[in-house]
Amino acid sequence: MKSAIILFPGTNRERDMAAALKRASGNDPLIVWHGETSLPDVDLIVLPGGFSYGDYLRCGAIAANSPVMPEVIRRAKAGTFVLGVCNGFQMLTETGLLPGALMRNASLSFVCRDVHLKVENTQTPFTSAYSAGQVIRVPVAHGDGNYFADAETLDRLEGEGRVVVRYCDDKGAVTEAANPNGSQRGIAGILNEAGNVLGMMPHPEDMTDIRQGGLDGLPLFTSIASAA
Amino acid sequence: MKARVTVTLKKGVLDPQGKAIHGALSTLGFDGVEGVRQGKLIEIELADGDRESARRKVEAMCEKLLANTVIENYAIDLVN
Repeated sequence: MKSAIILFPGTNRERDMAAALKRASGNDPLIVWHGETSLPDVDLIVLPGGFSYGDYLRCGAIAANSPVMPEVIRRAKAGTFVLGVCNGFQMLTETGLLPGALMRNASLSFVCRDVHLKVENTQTPFTSAYSAGQVIRVPVAHGDGNYFADAETLDRLEGEGRVVVRYCDDKGAVTEAANPNGSQRGIAGILNEAGNVLGMMPHPEDMTDIRQGGLDGLPLFTSIASAA
Repeated sequence: MKARVTVTLKKGVLDPQGKAIHGALSTLGFDGVEGVRQGKLIEIELADGDRESARRKVEAMCEKLLANTVIENYAIDLVN
């Protein structure tokens, strides 16, 4: 699998992402600076976590309008896999590739801890290596991960199986107590209509090596590698 | 010409920061506060002297970048 990670000023999770991609696919991803206006031929484009442009204006808003983005949007619409994690998810909603918005955590606190996620849909290129309903443990680290969309959009996302992962407890129950940021309906990650763009707040790349505390994030990357 | 853009959260969108400010106002003893919503004020200096074209330009800026119209409304005030 050939992949490219887009690097923005303020991005800080690109190395974890590169290591995870290497573990899953055997290949080192290319790192592409946000000022580029063209992209190499790749199977997967990753918008990694961090604090692009210092989170000024709104998280991901300025990155979503940086020089490389028109090409990322064009590739996404042409079917290239796109994964946005944390700040990358915020960018995807800001570009309109994914619906809704990520708002300030309901608690107003930055949340940095492991959470449990229920894999709601395994019929996607990003989750095929998980079993249906599997509960995984991965970290979150964000201040603005509170997923918001109007009721109609939420119903459509759920109806079309586009809510891919939801916050849950260690038994898989989706409860308010297990929701780290106030996201509507416990939504942690969603897919676009065509199924090739995934945005999620938690960091699967940081649970892909036993030294990180577990391997629960690795199947996400092996899923993409086998689909590519 | 200067454009003053006010960005506010849409009705029905939860505003935890507004709630926190409301709580702090109550703690300080300001009673009778029925609600607080927090927004943003952005001031833009424009070379354009024509009000109509300036307004169109700032509207485009709001749609493209300054506001996220999924969750926010904007209002434009032109000041000479």
